[in-house]
Amino acid sequence: MNGIEGFRNMEAANHFYKVLCGHGQQLARQGRVVHFMEVCGSHTMAIARFGIRDFLPINMDLVSGPGCPVCVTDPGIIDAAIQLAHQGKIIATFGDMMRVPGSRSTLDKTRAEGGRIEICYSPRHVLELARDNRKTEVVFLAIGFETTVAPIMAMLDGVIGEAIGNLSLLTAFKRVPPALSALLGDPEIRIDGFLCPAHVSAIIGADAYRPYAETHGVACVVAGFEPLDILYGLDGLARQLVANNPHVDNQYNRVVKPEGNRQAQRVIARFLEPVDASWRGLGVIPASGLVLRQEFTRYDACHRFGFVVEPGRVNPHCLCGDVLKGKIDPSECPLFGTGCHPDHPLGPCMVSSEGSCAAEFKYASGVSS
Amino acid sequence: MNERILLSHGGGGRLSHQLIQTEILSRFGHGPLHGLPDAASLLLDTTRIRFSTDGFVVHPLEFPGGNIGDLAVHGTVNDLAVTGAHPRWLSLGLILEEGLPLVLLRRVLDAIQTAAQNCGVVIATGDTKVVRRGQCDGLYITTSGIGEAIPGFSLGLGQVVAGDRILVSGTLGDHGMAVLSVREGLKIENGPVSDSRPVHRLVAGVAAMAAEIRFMRDPTRGGLATVLNEMTVGQPFGILIRACDLPFSPGGRALAEMLGLDLLHVASEGCLVMICSPNVSDAILARWRELPEGREAREIGTVIRQSGRVILETVIGGHRVVDVPSGELLPRIC
Repeated sequence: MNGIEGFRNMEAANHFYKVLCGHGQQLARQGRVVHFMEVCGSHTMAIARFGIRDFLPINMDLVSGPGCPVCVTDPGIIDAAIQLAHQGKIIATFGDMMRVPGSRSTLDKTRAEGGRIEICYSPRHVLELARDNRKTEVVFLAIGFETTVAPIMAMLDGVIGEAIGNLSLLTAFKRVPPALSALLGDPEIRIDGFLCPAHVSAIIGADAYRPYAETHGVACVVAGFEPLDILYGLDGLARQLVANNPHVDNQYNRVVKPEGNRQAQRVIARFLEPVDASWRGLGVIPASGLVLRQEFTRYDACHRFGFVVEPGRVNPHCLCGDVLKGKIDPSECPLFGTGCHPDHPLGPCMVSSEGSCAAEFKYASGVSS
Repeated sequence: MNERILLSHGGGGRLSHQLIQTEILSRFGHGPLHGLPDAASLLLDTTRIRFSTDGFVVHPLEFPGGNIGDLAVHGTVNDLAVTGAHPRWLSLGLILEEGLPLVLLRRVLDAIQTAAQNCGVVIATGDTKVVRRGQCDGLYITTSGIGEAIPGFSLGLGQVVAGDRILVSGTLGDHGMAVLSVREGLKIENGPVSDSRPVHRLVAGVAAMAAEIRFMRDPTRGGLATVLNEMTVGQPFGILIRACDLPFSPGGRALAEMLGLDLLHVASEGCLVMICSPNVSDAILARWRELPEGREAREIGTVIRQSGRVILETVIGGHRVVDVPSGELLPRIC
């Protein structure tokens, strides 16, 4: 059986459809409408791409969470990158960031104006870029959750080892667990179960979610990104609720261990320390960001070039914040598809390939035949 | 072997003459280009002609499965073919950057020669210019083409009705993924190979069934998703395609999965998308599969009544809209 095809089997999907309908009926008999949140942007995209909402009973609601790193990044970081590009520095970035609106412009437009913006496919690519342009300062727009942070820190280790002096990081790293705690602490948000991220969990481990199950009574399932992974995950969440037995169920154990990836955790801890960080839509969350430790600040672009990232200006009509908290569906935003469109996005959720507005617009999931 | 294009190769003097004689006329000078007239003299067999033009600025100039030369021939040949035409003549406009290695130019011209012969088209007229270093990216090509309408084809979206079938002649997205893989320096074993090739034989081969063929397109920029959306916009019908029937090559698919790209948005350069009556769909597929360029041909979907929508039945049986891509294809963070 092919590695991917095995997780995209229609017969098995039909089985889950029946199972989920059964759970829906049992929950209905208990008079319950349940709310699940998929935390990760890659889950959001896969759910839309494979039409998974078609499989959900009407009393099972699935909302998107704050798990798209592009979407939760303050526009100020884009403004800073644009400013550095105008100063003649090379900005290295993952492709997702190109069209994300800063306060006044985007990296895409800055490139058209002559700024040198290079799209990189992996941290190793950034290292090669710095190596090939030794006479120019290269600034890597280092954005991401734990999954992305670990390889970027491994790259930084290489930079130090090779004594590459022209590369620095403009960081906006985020940690997932503090954001989940913040969501559960918000009285306006109701979450019965988290579909926990796959790759973030590979780094932090499935045990990281135990407080949400044990203290908050929220069902937690760590699930992979393939459609059957997700359907099985939703089945697992529903089973926990039907049995009234919330716990952490690691269904993605082909990749995720209870304790996570210790080596990656060590690399992260060696270079970075937690800091309070501002999340778009969620505000400042304690210890939810990661910054370079004191002894590595020479690789911090802010330190190297002597500037501070100022908070950016967000379009006051953009409701990305409410979308990121799962308070509204993307289509409930008055700008959705009209003032804010993938071709002229106002908010990051519409531009990121993992953004819930982009997923909703692109795939209009739930189109019934 | 370090010969390079110089600005004087485009100056109109002796070097220009030499370049045209040795590199262009040696390959293409036997037909209408003979004697280098200012305009080619062509004799048509029919009065209905098709005329098309296209510009080629692909970077890098060479990629797995082809180069800018055969791409420039196939691109215009295919634009003619999908209108139900038999491609006959091409123009060839070359813009060369000062410093271009002559050996590279020769490889491109050889590819043009081979592709033109394979397509049965004659390079009937052309032009060569040289620009300063930095003013173009190595080499740009424009080709314009003239084809003769094949009797029997009367293509138009107005004839499409619910129940008509959607066919594709080969795997989707291979060209875009092949170019992306070399452009971005992704070193992949058994990676994607461009499908750059002509589709005119696929069209000529089914001419006997032309009356039941409603519409044809080649899914280049923007991929199948864009073509299907162009077919349905403002129309009283929609299209339902089935993910399990979409043909993708293993190399293209693996890279797209890795980068988080949707192959429905990625260009093919040797594929044909057709809407036809269900009466002829099996016969067309059988005919296509006899040709090397149609071996992977499949029926991928059906015309439906839902106006203006392109809907995909996913591999697990869910449904979603197929949208057009926004701007360039960008790989995602994680």
